[in-house]
Amino acid sequence: MRTIQSRFALFSVVLLAAAICPAQLTPWNKIQAPPLPAFTPQQPTRVQLPNGMVIFLQPDHELPLIEATARIRGGSISEPANKTGLVDLYGETWRTGGTKTRTGDQMDDFLEARAAKIETDGETDSTSISLDCLKGDFDAVFEMFLDLLRNPEFRADKLELAQDQMYTGIARRNDRVGSIVRRETRIIAYGKDNPYARVAEFTTVAAVTRQDLLNWHQQYVHPNNIIFGITGDFDPKAMQAKLEQAFGSWPKGPEAKQPDVKFTEPKPGTYFIRKTDVNQSTIAMLDLGIERSNPDYYAVTVMNEIFGGGFSSRLFSNIRSKLGLAYSVGGGVGYAWDHPGLTNIQMQTKSASTVEGIQALDKEIDDLQKNAATPEELKRAKDTILNSFVFQFDTPEKVLHEKMAYEFYHYPLDFLERYRAEVEKVTADDVTRVARKYVHKDRLAVLVLGNDSEFSTPLSSLGPVQNVDIAIPPPPAGLMGPGGE
Amino acid sequence: MKRWFAKLFCLLLLAVALPLAAQDLSSYEKQVSVKTLPNGLTVVLWRRPEAPVFSFFTMVDAGSAQDPRDETGLAHMMEHMAFKGTPDIGTTDYAAEKPALEKVEQTYAAYEAERIKRTGQDPQKLAQLKQAWQDAIAAADKYVVKNQFGEVVESHGGVGMNAFTNYDETAYMYSMPSNEIELWAALESDRMLHPVMREFYKERSVVMEERRMRTDSSPTGRLFEQFLGTAFMANPYHRPTIGYASDLQSFSATDAASFFHRYYVPSNMVIGLVGDLDPGKVFPIIERYFGQLPTAAKPVELFTDEPPQNSVRQVTLQDPSQPIYVEGYHRPSYLAPDDVVYDAISDILSNGRTSRLYRSLVRDKKIAAAAAGVTGFPGVKYGHLFAFYAVPLPGHSNEEMQKAFREEIEKLKAQDVTDEELQMFKTRTKADLIRGLASNEGLAEQLAIYQMRYGDWRELFRYLDRVDKVTKADIRRVSNTVFVDTNRTIGVIQTQTASGPPGAPASKGGE
Repeated sequence: MRTIQSRFALFSVVLLAAAICPAQLTPWNKIQAPPLPAFTPQQPTRVQLPNGMVIFLQPDHELPLIEATARIRGGSISEPANKTGLVDLYGETWRTGGTKTRTGDQMDDFLEARAAKIETDGETDSTSISLDCLKGDFDAVFEMFLDLLRNPEFRADKLELAQDQMYTGIARRNDRVGSIVRRETRIIAYGKDNPYARVAEFTTVAAVTRQDLLNWHQQYVHPNNIIFGITGDFDPKAMQAKLEQAFGSWPKGPEAKQPDVKFTEPKPGTYFIRKTDVNQSTIAMLDLGIERSNPDYYAVTVMNEIFGGGFSSRLFSNIRSKLGLAYSVGGGVGYAWDHPGLTNIQMQTKSASTVEGIQALDKEIDDLQKNAATPEELKRAKDTILNSFVFQFDTPEKVLHEKMAYEFYHYPLDFLERYRAEVEKVTADDVTRVARKYVHKDRLAVLVLGNDSEFSTPLSSLGPVQNVDIAIPPPPAGLMGPGGE
Repeated sequence: MKRWFAKLFCLLLLAVALPLAAQDLSSYEKQVSVKTLPNGLTVVLWRRPEAPVFSFFTMVDAGSAQDPRDETGLAHMMEHMAFKGTPDIGTTDYAAEKPALEKVEQTYAAYEAERIKRTGQDPQKLAQLKQAWQDAIAAADKYVVKNQFGEVVESHGGVGMNAFTNYDETAYMYSMPSNEIELWAALESDRMLHPVMREFYKERSVVMEERRMRTDSSPTGRLFEQFLGTAFMANPYHRPTIGYASDLQSFSATDAASFFHRYYVPSNMVIGLVGDLDPGKVFPIIERYFGQLPTAAKPVELFTDEPPQNSVRQVTLQDPSQPIYVEGYHRPSYLAPDDVVYDAISDILSNGRTSRLYRSLVRDKKIAAAAAGVTGFPGVKYGHLFAFYAVPLPGHSNEEMQKAFREEIEKLKAQDVTDEELQMFKTRTKADLIRGLASNEGLAEQLAIYQMRYGDWRELFRYLDRVDKVTKADIRRVSNTVFVDTNRTIGVIQTQTASGPPGAPASKGGE
């Protein structure tokens, strides 16, 4: 049985203990940090082969491991809409389907016995094949990697297995709040037919054939579409010779073309998804963001830091700490390498406080328009970005992956250094300017997912509400195992 | 903070994911220094001068298993409070704030006393007491500098700031540029010495939102709360780390402070530090700042051993979501001599595309999208579960999962695993240990956990000797002991459509 009196006494003890102050210690705000030791991260060596393939070598002798990735231009934004899911299936079946002379299962046995991995993947704008092994196994694993790169078989049984996995994902895609919100925010912001938002359905997955995968491979996997990066415990000269030997005689193929994707602003308003088995709403305010190449990118990152990034941002401090309305809250203007990012200001709050939550976010957006950055906020945000800058390149692997991304998206290879210099120049006026340019309350599409039977104020009190139907189109008859759906 | 639940799943994988040969140990020993301060705090430091940064992992040997009986969620709540500052951080005037916070506790105690009355509660008095409490909170809030602790860490270049609470422990971590080591020592020692319980009741609402997100509004969250509540009766693993809603709406800052004083004592904490740190310079700083923590004995461990199950148990969740199948078998704590044998079983059943469960349920029978058997659920410190789970393909039932698991378990009991399977486990464990050495954050965590759990960080490497000794006979023996009917608890989600029983939650756009 609890006794509240005795507990209170305990708290006094706390405060008493708290009152004992250390005598000789430097208070935290008087500590002078020595300058950070000069640190020049090792840069990878860039080699371009006559066939167009770009190779980055980044030796790292700390541990006896080697990792490599080939990133290939062309991804799901280039797949036909009626076969949405093709690149996902390709990314899975490329590896599991094996090579002309080895099944995927035989590869599994070989690799697992060496604690090694070869994996393939399909993304929005690229596909990839990677390896990860102990250095002593490199030659054998690399030989298998090359075989899979050049001679994949895409065996039909593994395509079926991958399709079954995707059907499972489709059937379950409305079970978890997070997966609904990730999908529907993109549909609302980009439009349902935009290649960055399209969703695989039973029919589009079922429409993909083995020939489609073979065709994809033939169309895209050519040395001039590939950026290859390797890091680990190897001798760079010997490795370069080995890679030139492996890739040098591979002839060029057709260039991968980026599809011409049209972007239109989302239609402003309130969108509602009813989910009756939750007691918490998710609110997402959406718009198109910017590209990283935009000169406003630097001021936008500073604004995001002030507004919705980290522990001391306005959203975290005001909506979480001060109002206690949310555990999860944050967001800002989105950015991407080569297309508009997704601007997403998001929170989750108990059903009853849904409207209160929207109003709290609205107020923060209004405040951002009026006063985007106090001098203290500007300093804090810039300090946060600049003082943590070393974490952008504190391992050779991170540096390698940065450079590969710049190469892939045709950014200058010193983009990271430029970024630091540009952030240093950002002023409070810049922050105000980009806040007014990219954040517009009346242009935002507001998505609410929740259980409206528990809302204390109806959503309609804020204006017209458009219901979003997320029902899953059923599979065609006979598509799946015994009993079907 | 955000990670406690994710951590729970990571812990499932802990035994699998951990794990070089002991003969290499001497080369690593040169990079590691260990110091136990006079007050009992142990610090393990691995010098890794690859880049001018460091990561730390402060581990407190108290988790939600230590939550008092009617105060579930308190260990996790305390973790949230460790970000609220100290007398020096997060306040405009601590001298004035201190009595204001005392007033909050007094008014809350009075309000609670009335609120929990079984008979004779006076609604008008209750409203007045609640108002007095709210007024006291508003008065204390005037002194708060919001999130100053986080702001100081982040503006000095700190990244990855977070914390988690699981059943076994509470932990705090971030990374900083290495020139900020003294600031780190000041900040970390300060909050382990005197955290101030400011904004407690707002933060309690934040944690309620966390519960809604992770448990109430998530099908697997709902299932696991019921499943653990059924599998365990006596051991504290039967209660949720996040806490039950009614406890989250009743415990006080005084309760959290009491928890802090009992468990956050130097002898109950280990700090792992990894990065560009010279022990000759860093240990004096640590002694200066962390030496302030008052000496106290390690709290006495009181817990109930789960009695033998002796019955088949099942929990069936009628839910609008798609089917999930889980079954768990009780096994002893991580200190059991067979601990590593469970790791071997889990690896052989679940690791990668050569694993038995993948090949059987996913590849050959084509009944599941994923299937695995994992140990360390939901913790490791006390007797816990070896758990199997499967995600059925559309059109396949939980019963099929159960039958397939039973076949695989019978195979483990009746026949030896192959030499290749056993060797794969040993090779992978070694390679994974090497891979784990690449990250400061990961290494700091491993050093702290091994130092705390075994009293010596070297066990991280010596573990490989135990791995090498596992035999096929061990695997059969343990399987025959543990995987028996009366040691099993089953948990399933059974899909309930809109036409289900009246009053039950219906699925709209959900099926």
